[in-house]
Parts: sequence; C-alpha cells; structure tokens
Amino acid sequence: MKINQISVFLENRTGQLAEITHLLADNGVDMRAISIAETADYGILRLLVDDTERAEGILRENGNILTLTPVTIVGVPDEPAALSKLLSVLADNGVDIVYMYSLFTHPGGKAYMVFRVADKDKLSDVLDANGISKATKEEIGLK
Amino acid sequence: MANYYQPEIETASPEQIRAWQDERLVAQVKHVWDNVPYYRAKMEEKGVTPDDIKSCADLHKLPFLTKDDLREAYPYGLMGKPLSECVRIQSTSGTTGKRVVAFYTQKDIDLWEDCCARAIMAVGGTKDDVCHVSYGYGLFTGGPGLNGGSHKVGCLTLPMSSGNTDRQLQFMCDLGSTIICCTPSYAEYLAESIEERGLKDQIKLKAGIFGAEAWSENMRHDIEEKLGIKAYDIYGLTEISGPGVSFECEDQTGMHINEDHFIAEIINPETGEVLPEGEKGELVFSCITKEAFPLLRYRTKDICVLTREKCSCGRTFVKMSKPMGRSDDMLIVKGVNVFPSQIEQVLLEQGYPANYQIVVDRVNHSDTLEVMVEMTPENFSDNLGQITEMEKSLVAALKAMLGIYAKVKLVAPKTIARSEGKAVRIIDKRKI
Ligand SMILES: [Zn+2]
Repeated sequence: MKINQISVFLENRTGQLAEITHLLADNGVDMRAISIAETADYGILRLLVDDTERAEGILRENGNILTLTPVTIVGVPDEPAALSKLLSVLADNGVDIVYMYSLFTHPGGKAYMVFRVADKDKLSDVLDANGISKATKEEIGLK
Repeated sequence: MANYYQPEIETASPEQIRAWQDERLVAQVKHVWDNVPYYRAKMEEKGVTPDDIKSCADLHKLPFLTKDDLREAYPYGLMGKPLSECVRIQSTSGTTGKRVVAFYTQKDIDLWEDCCARAIMAVGGTKDDVCHVSYGYGLFTGGPGLNGGSHKVGCLTLPMSSGNTDRQLQFMCDLGSTIICCTPSYAEYLAESIEERGLKDQIKLKAGIFGAEAWSENMRHDIEEKLGIKAYDIYGLTEISGPGVSFECEDQTGMHINEDHFIAEIINPETGEVLPEGEKGELVFSCITKEAFPLLRYRTKDICVLTREKCSCGRTFVKMSKPMGRSDDMLIVKGVNVFPSQIEQVLLEQGYPANYQIVVDRVNHSDTLEVMVEMTPENFSDNLGQITEMEKSLVAALKAMLGIYAKVKLVAPKTIARSEGKAVRIIDKRKI
C-alpha cells in the first residue's frame, strides 16, 4: 500500500502558503502533516492529507506545480529514546534518509515519522528484518 | 566536395578581395555623390567628399544610413538610377510606418541572383537538382531571389511560393524535390506534416536553405533529423538586395558574406565606432556594386560577429555568425552587452520555457542582473538539492553565454507579467 506525499513548489512570496492551506481547508481536505524546505528564493511544501487524489486535483487546478512522492511512515511509541532507537537501526543498516518529519496527530498515542529515503525497498527490508511495522493508511486516517 | 558557382571569386585571395573592394567603393561613392542628393547632403554635413575615400580604410568616414532614412526618403529619395533604367521593385514587410521599397536595375537583379546561386551551390546544388522554392513570391524578396539563383545554377525550379501544404507535399513527392528553400518555421511545419502523413519514404530532399527569420541550432538539428537533410542558413535584407547577402557552406559554422558586392563592418551600436573583426556588435553593410539602390553604411540593427578564419569549404569570404539579437534590444550590464535572445537560448537548452523576465538594477553603484524563470512540472522535484543543482547549472550556463553573473529566480508558472498578451521581457530599474 503506497502512501504519497504531495510536494508543491513555493516561490518566495508572502501569503502563498496561507493560500494553499486555505484552499485545502475550504475544500474539506484535512492535513495530517506538513513540512517546508526552503532556500532564500523558493521552497518545497510537503504535505500529507487525508484525501491525496482530491487535494492533488484542487492544487493543480489552481496552477500549482506539484509532484507526488512515495513516503514511508513508521509509528514509534510515545516514550523517551524510541525515535533515537529507530534512527540507530536505520543508520546501522545504511539507510540513506533524504528528509523526515512527523505527523501532527498522534493516533493510538503514538508518534508517527514520515521518511523519504534514497532506497525505499532497502528501508522496507530493514524494517521487516527488525520487526518494525510500517503504518497503514487506515492507521493514520488517510483515504 | 566543394561546389562553387563562381570559384574565381569565391576562393579569391584576401588581397584580391580587398583590391576589388577598394576600387569598387571609390567608384560607388562617386556614383552616390553624383546621383543621390539625400546621401550627398549627409556627406556634406559630415564634411566628407568623394576625394576623402581612397580605399576601404576610409569607409569609417562616411555617414550611416538607417531605416529611418529609408522612410524619410520614401519612395525615390535614395535611388541612384532613373526609374527608366530600373526593372524591379521589392519591398519589406515593415511592422510600422511606411514600407521600405528597393529598386533594381537588370544588373542589380543579376548580382543578387548570382549571390543566391552561390548559396544554392554551397549546399551541394547542381543542374541535376529539383529546387523547391516555398518562400513567398511577390514584393517579398525570398521567392524571387532563390528562384533566380536556382535558374542560374540550372536546377529544375519549382516556384511553389508559400502556403497550401497539401500541394507542397504532393509536388515534393511526385516531382522529387531535392532542395527546399523556405523559412525555418515552415520547414518545421512541413517536417511535422510529412511525419503525420507517413510520407518520409517518398521524400528525396537532401538539403534546405532556410532564412528570413531567426532560428536556433536546436531547430537546425530538429529539422535535419525530421527531414533527413542538411539544413543551411541564409541571410539577407531587402535594403541590401535580398536573401544571399551571406550564405552558409557545408561547414555550417557561419555565413560567408559576398564581399565582392557588400562590405561588412561591425560597429558599437552606442557610439558608431568600428570594432575589430571578432568583436560582437551591429552589422553594417555598404553596397559597392549595386546601381539603383546603392546604400552605403546601412545599419542592419542585427548583432553578430565576423570571423575570417580559413574555412574548410575553401571560400575566402568573411563569415558572419547567426544574428544574436537586435541592437534595439541590447542591454548593457556591468559594461557587457546582453541580449534577451542569448538568455532565451540558454533557457531552451536547459529545458526551461522561453517565458522569462530580465530585471536589471543598480545596487551600491554596481549593476545587477536577475533572470526570472518559470518552474515547470518536468523540472520540479520534492528534493530541494536537486532543484538547487539545476539552478546552479542554469546560472553556470548563463555565465558561459553572457560572460557575467546572472541571478536566477525560479517563479511559479504564469506569474511573469504580460501586457496585452505579450510578455514584458526587460525591466530596467536603473532608468527610473
Ligand atoms: Zn565555408
């Protein structure tokens, strides 16, 4: 089951981010996670939403440039050192993380990390080998 | 194998060419002084008489002519022969104001057609070829010029004129056209139509002579691949005669100027100062053999470079680069000449749309150049590093082309301001 993140091109203009979040809210799309990477001149908005297909259509219709990026989501117990343990496993097995961020909801009392890695299959194998399960869409409330 | 129409002229020694130019220029200046009061008045105003012009070294003393002069002198003011001795009028498709009309004696027509014949033979044309002329016929010089040149070479000439693509393709297939002469954009259109109709096997074309509008190396490769031909450039302007003022040879590295008829100079468009060969500037022509419309030091507004390196084709005429832009559009940033067309070329090569905006400003007494470029879905990625890399390579390509640093600003699509559907390409904040 593939989970896609929506990556949107942001130019360095005040208000563009608010325009996008309003647009989605007005159309009843709920955001699950948001992250921004930027330089002085432009940026990339990364979004996880409950209805990816719908959000994609709305954003495109409004002239945004975007791309869908497959990501892997892992739930970690909400306790000290849980995240660092997970990251150690990935580091020890040579998983190259391009970027990561977290969901702002905590379904089931867990923290959820969104990973974009260089090699998705490798991440999958490492998680399996270490008995760590990937989050499903239902688990985090995605359609 | 090289193919010349007039080998003794086209491969003459540089000294011989210079000798012809010296002799013909001196005679032409006398002819103009005696017969063209408009230009004589300009010479008098500058304090120059025919006695001051003893060779090409004195050419810089003569006054310039511009398109404004042609409009002011319209229609007969720049004629060097009485109407009774003229046999033809051609005209340019001017965008504003009065049209420019040019007159020809039979001798003028002959030398113009000779120039076109040289161009056709330079692309391998012989009397065994079928030369398909799809330039417009009429006041426009494209059709009549290549038509005459084709006759002189002895090609079987197909005076197709422009338009009616079905008929063009039918004749091309049925009559076995081997050389096509048209605008590069029409060549692309024909190529696409041939592809769509699956006619490629029936096409016998080997070469094309394309001119009358700007085109890029990318377009050349595209046309060559789609039509399975070699695509050659040709340059000319009605004021000077028409197509064939210069033409490309098999080397495809610039166009040989027919220097036995036209003297080319490169000038600084700001000051009018003559620049040494190899420097970029505005191209200026003096007609030294034409009788009816003998323009001297006519400013073309085309920006290019002249080179006199030995050419593999054996021709000794100087070569001009494809025009890089118009002097009207030139920007001077940090003392360097910048043309929007150069920026456009880099963008297209790097896979960006040619919709851009150039912003020039002065910060702390130093010029800044910024190029706004629209992001495209193809170039976008979720990875910031990847976009930054692309931006860096665009900056490097711009630097290589322009010689100065240009900041690149990536913007969302359709954000570059347009007025009346036409994009505003240059914003020069220094003038405000
Ligand atoms: Zn050559």
